[in-house]
Amino acid sequence: MSKTRHIAARVDEIPPGSRKKVAIAGRDIALFNIAGDFFALGDKCPHESGSLCAGRIIGLAEADEPGKYRLSRDGEFVKCSWHGWEFDIRTGQSWCDPANTRVRAYEASIEPGAALIKGPYVAETYAVRVEENYVVIDL
Amino acid sequence: MDMSRGATAERAGERASVFGHPAIDCDAHIVVPAINSIMPYLDAYWRQQFLNRGIDRLSWSLTSEAPNSPISGRPDWRPAQGKPGADLAMLRSAVLDGFGVQTAIATCLWGGAVLHSEDMSAVVCTAVNDWIAAEWLAHEPRLRASIVVPLGNPELAAEEIERRSGDRRFVQVTMLVAGETPLGKRHNWPIFRAAEKYGLPIGVHAGGAYHHPMMANGFGSYFLEDYVAQAFAFESAVLSLVSEGVFAKFPDLKVVFQESGVTWLPACLWRFNKTWRGVRAEIPWVKRPPKDIVRDHIRLTTQPFDEPDGARRLERFCEMLDSDEMLLFSTDYPHWHYEGTEALPLDRNSPLARKVLYENAMATYPRLNGSLT
Repeated sequence: MSKTRHIAARVDEIPPGSRKKVAIAGRDIALFNIAGDFFALGDKCPHESGSLCAGRIIGLAEADEPGKYRLSRDGEFVKCSWHGWEFDIRTGQSWCDPANTRVRAYEASIEPGAALIKGPYVAETYAVRVEENYVVIDL
Repeated sequence: MDMSRGATAERAGERASVFGHPAIDCDAHIVVPAINSIMPYLDAYWRQQFLNRGIDRLSWSLTSEAPNSPISGRPDWRPAQGKPGADLAMLRSAVLDGFGVQTAIATCLWGGAVLHSEDMSAVVCTAVNDWIAAEWLAHEPRLRASIVVPLGNPELAAEEIERRSGDRRFVQVTMLVAGETPLGKRHNWPIFRAAEKYGLPIGVHAGGAYHHPMMANGFGSYFLEDYVAQAFAFESAVLSLVSEGVFAKFPDLKVVFQESGVTWLPACLWRFNKTWRGVRAEIPWVKRPPKDIVRDHIRLTTQPFDEPDGARRLERFCEMLDSDEMLLFSTDYPHWHYEGTEALPLDRNSPLARKVLYENAMATYPRLNGSLT
């Protein structure tokens, strides 16, 4: 089935380290900007459907042995706003149960308005302008 | 019913029990009759101190082991005189011959392990281990024992484990489930380190020093409350051992819960697993669901086995834990949980029977394999 190109947001609406919830084709999607790269996850925790967009953005806490704490990949994980389950924003994968628990991840990219305006695309809330950059999701 | 299974269970080096399979009893109690039993094993200074202070006349029974309590001694397992569990001949006839177990692992619960004086506790634990070796193990080749250690000073406890490590008739180390602090705290780690080094599981037995109540917010009024609440203390021990990272630090360590009641464990682990997913970053050394860690490291002896009426009770426990390797047969001699030889909460023809009676113990206790020297 061919995918449709959706314009999800203007790039300047989601600065690095922030997130925005958008609705595309009837689905709630959480958009995250990690240092200029955009990622899109279904805004629905596989546990009890809590909002990930409303969750805390965190790093990965690890330890090789008791008491030896370290934090890496700061800003690349999100804790569900309801029960704190952790997901890798880049993949939607659960940290605690990677084999069985995963959030739907969508491909997100940045496209200049000059390229998009030729179409085809769906922009439910945006009028595309040549001089802006946009976050685009194909689904 | 396949009656041949038991008869064919006997293999080289194995001896069938009354259940048709070979059996290891992983919790049989031996009891210090009185302090003066160990006086010959003390040095001159301590012998004189015990006499001068009148300590030789004390009992040092743990409160949970009150000798006159009905549960402490089955009527037919009470000797004519003295405390239940203090008589080798009765252990022989009741357990070793009575059940036909191949090996019984003796647990000696004793107040000497929890004295406030750390030096005295260490000295009397050394003495009681010498007494066990000389007056029990030397007379009964089917018997193995657990090392009694001064729980109030883990460094001295580790020294006692070290001292005893060359005697392979000692196959585990005894701790109490409700000691001074939650079991997994780091000050206990010298005990775990020494136990792992010498291939000795930690036998965590019901009971405590009674410096803390079994119920978290205070002492109850009745023995009944105290006995039932042991299960709560075991739940706390699961939480502490896993959360403090004992099994991350000591990956080869095994812990055997003795006289725990067993079947409280699944519900504890369901909650533990679920809550861990939300706050696991507090304890990042716990990299797998707690239930998986417990399954690899913790074992439970089968008496008493708290169960509802109905069929396949032990089997359902194994299904809930996704494991048939966690349960170890025990008689809990001389405690009164059942009559006759009805100690196995399982049909002897079940495919699980040989594992519970024998194989799981052999896999848990390295020192049951190979020679004694």
